[in-house]
Amino acid sequence: MRRTAPQNPTDYLPITFPTLMLGVFFVIPFGLMVMVSFFKRVQGGFYEPSFTLANYARFLSPFFAEMLVFSLGLAALVSICCLCLGVPFTYRLTRLSRRAQVLWLIGLLGVLSLSEVIIGFAWSTLLSRTAGLSNLFVWLGLMDKPVAWTPSFAAVLTGLVYQAFPYTVLVLYPAFSRLDPSLMEAARTLGASPVRGFLNVVLPAMRKTLLATFIIVFIFALGAYLLPQILGRPQHWTLSVLVTDQAIYQSNMPFAAAMAVFLVFASLVLVAISGQINRRGGGS
Amino acid sequence: MSLTWLSRIFFACLAIFLTLPIAVIGGVAFNEKKTLSFPPQGFSLDWYWQVFADEGWRSALFHSVAVALIAASISVAIALPLAWFLWRRVAPWARIVEVLGFAPFILPPVITALGALSFWATTGYYGQPWTVVISHGIFFVSLPLVTITLGFATVDREIIEAGMTMGADDRTLARTIIFPMIRPYVISGFAFAFVLSLNEYIVAYMTVGFTLETIPIKIFNALRYGYTPTMAAVSLFFVLVAVCVFGFVARFGDLPKLLGAWSEGDKT
Repeated sequence: MRRTAPQNPTDYLPITFPTLMLGVFFVIPFGLMVMVSFFKRVQGGFYEPSFTLANYARFLSPFFAEMLVFSLGLAALVSICCLCLGVPFTYRLTRLSRRAQVLWLIGLLGVLSLSEVIIGFAWSTLLSRTAGLSNLFVWLGLMDKPVAWTPSFAAVLTGLVYQAFPYTVLVLYPAFSRLDPSLMEAARTLGASPVRGFLNVVLPAMRKTLLATFIIVFIFALGAYLLPQILGRPQHWTLSVLVTDQAIYQSNMPFAAAMAVFLVFASLVLVAISGQINRRGGGS
Repeated sequence: MSLTWLSRIFFACLAIFLTLPIAVIGGVAFNEKKTLSFPPQGFSLDWYWQVFADEGWRSALFHSVAVALIAASISVAIALPLAWFLWRRVAPWARIVEVLGFAPFILPPVITALGALSFWATTGYYGQPWTVVISHGIFFVSLPLVTITLGFATVDREIIEAGMTMGADDRTLARTIIFPMIRPYVISGFAFAFVLSLNEYIVAYMTVGFTLETIPIKIFNALRYGYTPTMAAVSLFFVLVAVCVFGFVARFGDLPKLLGAWSEGDKT
């Protein structure tokens, strides 16, 4: 069956339903959200149609600027941590036996699919005073008495890395498993140690993949909407948390929508950059 | 030799990092009294039993599973014809629909959630139980879309040619060759969407948060209004469900290939 251009109307039948569903339930909601971002908030109610830039004007406050810098910085930090752990991990993972790889992949998918609610709850328990790790350290004699490690910035960072690590590995996995093994063999034959070979040959060969992965994980970390709220203090809240908070608890939909539009814009710019990187390089 | 050991230690550390939070919540749920302490004081399976015995948790579990089953079916119902069309036809504009299928998953989830909230509030259906099913179905289209597209890429067009030479029409080809070949990919796409829908919080919260309690919503509410060991038990239960589903996918399909290893395609 060769690929052919659709000729008669019935050829279009398969794509009608997907187009209709995505159009009605994704494109229209998205457009509505953009519209709402220009609406005016009504005290005590919801919002009313109008055209105001007031919601966007609120971005110009020092509070918003600080929060934005924090969100972007945190996402970058999470992405860097995940790459530092994930790159050597994925490289070694793809060199394991197939059976071991499958077991690891099942575990990673299991963690990846966990609800942010469950991850937040699990880490807040693990870092708490009553049931946390510090009890273990007390028992080992490393600490005097149990302490609470949450809420704190370190707790937020740990939770986010926990959530993003499996994602990082799965994004890196295809590229690393297709990496030509002869690259490393050549480096070894020429006398490089495995570590040197990895740092000087494998990593440079994967440069573009690494950069694209950094951006993808960055967007993923930017999307975390609960962990900063559960594991951190209010000053650790990110853009996504604030959008949720404004929409649900402050019932200020127009402002929430304006921030979401901003988030879309930022993500799209990043996706476009990562697309450009992939197109020009493609990796090995 | 020492490097092998170093790498083993590194893997062991990461394994501990990944399992520790799960182990602790699993353990906390063994407490005899209604406290979250670890190591658990006393031993009881009551909290695990509570997940199914308690009216509230049981109905939340039922809601979650029902939503996830229907939502995953909707995702597959959208992704399958779309992937088929993209494979069968030369139509560059259809790529736009494909991008729309991927968009909700690549963008931060609050965006889909807020879009859904605006839409259902505007149409007046906000809070209706079925709205979350549709929104989840849309949210997770990208998963079956990735797996099924990968499935079609494995179908050798020469086999199809052979079938056509023997006089098979489109329908016969689809039934006897194409569908059996992509079936494992359809099932894995469904499984991915199912597990992620089970665990999804924000879209569910912004569509039916005040009318229908799913497990993640109930856990979050419990987090804010007082801990119970039941939420730890149900979390562990969810981890096990995810591992079983992915184990099942790995057992009947090719998990490394599904995740992009050694395939010539450009999809990840």
